[in-house]
Amino acid sequence: MIRNMFRVIVVAAFCCAAASAARAADKIALVVSTLNNPYFVTLADGAKAKAKELGYDLVVLDSQNDTAKELSNVEDALNQNVKALLLNPVDSAAARAGIHEAEAQKVPVLTLDRSAKGVTVASHIASDNVAGGKLAGELIVQQLGGKGNVVELQGQPGTDAARDRSNGFRQALAAAPGLKVVASQPANFDRTQGLNVMENILQAHPKVDAVFAADDEMALGAIKAIQAARLKIVVVGFDGTPDAVAAIKNGTMYATIAQQPSLIGSLGVEEADKIIKGQVPPASIPVPLKVIDKKSLGEP
Amino acid sequence: MNPLLRFLSQNKSLIGLVALIVAVSLASPDFLDVGNLLNVLRQTSINAVIAMGMTFVILTSGIDLSVGAILALCGAFAASLIASGSGLLIATLIALLAGLGLGAISGLIITFGAVQPFIATLVSMTVLRGAVLVFSNGTPIDASSGAASNAFGNLGAGYIFGIPIPVIAAAVVFAGCWVALTQTRFGRFVYAIGGNESVTRLSGVNVTLIKIAVYAVSGLLSALAGIILTARLESAQPNAGLGYELDAIAAVVVGGTSLAGGVGSMTGTLIGALIIGILNNALNLMDVSSYYQMIAKGSVILLAVLVDRRGAQN
Repeated sequence: MIRNMFRVIVVAAFCCAAASAARAADKIALVVSTLNNPYFVTLADGAKAKAKELGYDLVVLDSQNDTAKELSNVEDALNQNVKALLLNPVDSAAARAGIHEAEAQKVPVLTLDRSAKGVTVASHIASDNVAGGKLAGELIVQQLGGKGNVVELQGQPGTDAARDRSNGFRQALAAAPGLKVVASQPANFDRTQGLNVMENILQAHPKVDAVFAADDEMALGAIKAIQAARLKIVVVGFDGTPDAVAAIKNGTMYATIAQQPSLIGSLGVEEADKIIKGQVPPASIPVPLKVIDKKSLGEP
Repeated sequence: MNPLLRFLSQNKSLIGLVALIVAVSLASPDFLDVGNLLNVLRQTSINAVIAMGMTFVILTSGIDLSVGAILALCGAFAASLIASGSGLLIATLIALLAGLGLGAISGLIITFGAVQPFIATLVSMTVLRGAVLVFSNGTPIDASSGAASNAFGNLGAGYIFGIPIPVIAAAVVFAGCWVALTQTRFGRFVYAIGGNESVTRLSGVNVTLIKIAVYAVSGLLSALAGIILTARLESAQPNAGLGYELDAIAAVVVGGTSLAGGVGSMTGTLIGALIIGILNNALNLMDVSSYYQMIAKGSVILLAVLVDRRGAQN
């Protein structure tokens, strides 16, 4: 009897081990645009942590911002019989070829952070830049009590991020007729240009109450201009870079809207897991953004 | 000829500058404000300093594409030296010497390697851009801490007798470059090499040395621009100076210097840099939509060049 029980236990343990060994062999690939940028390193780390938790073997391949390298990475991944492909494209328009190859081999593709144009994928997971711009606008409306002059520093014209963040910001401001946008100028996601453009704007409009910059680099440049003019202006940025967090701590910047790259990575693996188990995910999954200000940093 | 007329005929881009100033003052009442004019000069100073070095290079019928990368790398050197507690003099001196040396290396490749200036400086640009990323680890270097950080920040944001320090630096550089180009043998050799290199060589001028020197000067002035830019932001950006080579070349060409070499002036370059700087300022003052800004910039640069060429033919 006891011997039988022992046998059962041994067999059961063996089966479990075999099952988990089989599961561990299930591979997911993450082809990431570049690992030379802390944002995407964090994204990959989020995916790795989730893959470990769910028992997948995650292969991470770095495309080094090169579309040709990306295609060969995708091919290498498909040769390793991955169960799903997480793709963070170098370029939206150039990702098609790789996705078609994955489709031909019946491997589901999920795009992360950047979408792919002209193809349908199983799911697209990215931050909602429109919602982020709106969040920034609402912060400014709230902080100014719905009245005052506002400046918008836009990102590189023609990029999705610049357009979406601006649109969201305008949506929030539409609800506050007391706020006037006195200038809306591009500073191309660049700190030097943020400084120069803000200096110029302050010459034409000395009375500015708040600035929304579509990224932290421009916000930090604008802050230099504001400090030189000895003014006190509410500045809200976007991204949550370490420099911006430091500026919020020392009080020169009011807030920033942070993307959550780690969450994008981990949601990617989570959705891939669902697809592998036979579920159908939504075509697009917006990843929430969060406000970083003194309060959220736990400072008085 | 009366001296004023001669000056005007040598600097036809001045007409373009005056026309632009009149147009902008009419379009935006904020432009002629003293504060704004100092602001324009301060913003122009960085491009002007680079463009003055570029003028020597272009006069020898060369080109220097590495100026933006040298600016970024030397700015990063200065920032990290300041952050690690070095004195102001040591930090700026090391950054300037680095710029001089890096420029000289381009010159050596061009002369001893017999490589086209475009290719040689394209290589320098690419390698040095990589070097900035390696050195800075791809993140901004904060220069707001360290014993000399206040003095360093003052280089970018400070004033002497009400004039911004970057503007004074650019004025000193202009004076030095003007003297070197018009009053010294070095300047005459620079023009001569651009006019006819082999004849210059045959008449016993050390062409190799002069050519290495112009790239070294261009590197030195790019480093100075990098120091000013880094001081203004109190932070060195890994992508600082991206595309600055094109702004500098535009300033030189708008100022009437020929890309074929041998013809041009330092005053013209100063005017060219001012035209581009005023244009950037005016587009912001008038709140021109982002989509139209580049069209406006391109059109004005074309107009300035056309005025200059037409004048040259008459």
